[in-house]
Amino acid sequence: MFVAWFEEAARLVHRDRERLTRLDAAIGDADHGTNLDRGLTEVHKALTEWPPESPVQVLTSAGTALIRRVGGASGPLYGSVFRQMGKVLESPVTLAGFSAAFEEGVVAVERLGKAAPGDKTMVDALAPASRALALAVRDGVGVREAFEQAARAAAEGAEATIPMQARKGRASYLGERSIGHEDPGAASAALFMAALATVAP
Amino acid sequence: MVGLVLVSHSAGLAAEAVALAKGIAGAQVPVAAAGGTEDGGLGTSVDLVEEAVRAVDQGDGVVLIPDLGSSVLTARLLEEDGRIVVADVPFVEGAIAAAVAAGADAPLADVLASAEESRTFRKL
Repeated sequence: MFVAWFEEAARLVHRDRERLTRLDAAIGDADHGTNLDRGLTEVHKALTEWPPESPVQVLTSAGTALIRRVGGASGPLYGSVFRQMGKVLESPVTLAGFSAAFEEGVVAVERLGKAAPGDKTMVDALAPASRALALAVRDGVGVREAFEQAARAAAEGAEATIPMQARKGRASYLGERSIGHEDPGAASAALFMAALATVAP
Repeated sequence: MVGLVLVSHSAGLAAEAVALAKGIAGAQVPVAAAGGTEDGGLGTSVDLVEEAVRAVDQGDGVVLIPDLGSSVLTARLLEEDGRIVVADVPFVEGAIAAAVAAGADAPLADVLASAEESRTFRKL
């Protein structure tokens, strides 16, 4: 499932790369779509050239490829989410285990980027997704429904960045002029979660 | 001697900042540039930063001085407690302060402290 997750994320980012770059052109440096598209192509290459033997290896290998190959801020940020998940994920993988690992991944990216919810970053999509997963585990819902809830929470989180004023990254230099635009990092994070819901077993 | 790596989005900016720091602090100070992506674009390459760290690492520690954004994030991923540290400082002023301190054989903590002092230097 993890390989399929990255393949689907790559497909969605490739499909939406112009939208992501357009969002980034409004408040950033207009490279988010291209960078992430290239990064996920490198992830695909890495997963094909060295077929991973476990879910943990998929996450670690994908995270490393993103860190090494993206070139923009989204590489180290997404890379640290997946590498941290790979570090703490226990096998066999359960929904509860996945949810706990995802939560730690989000903490890792918050720490690396020194970003908190409300700063108009990918955290504004990832943190609600993480909370939705934790609630789904608590309520004992199935995997597919849990991932769908996480995807919905991420999409809503991304949309909620539109009225926010950016406090991190290049967009923060724009001050109030960053208001009214969806954060490209939150938008791509929502795509990652949408991909997860699509490949759910 | 403590090594320095100047990490910038731009290869040209990193290279010129290295030239300036060495010009002021002395050519013997190990300062290396890690600028731009591997294909020469604007951005950060982990490989270039790691290569630069190896080039300046004499065993006394290395200070990474990033400009902003992905340079900072990439530098932070490479931190090793007490051996490779990231300086949260203005790029040019911090690089020169650190290079001068490193050139005077200051230990890692002092080189970092000198760089950090540049944050509050007033020009006028």
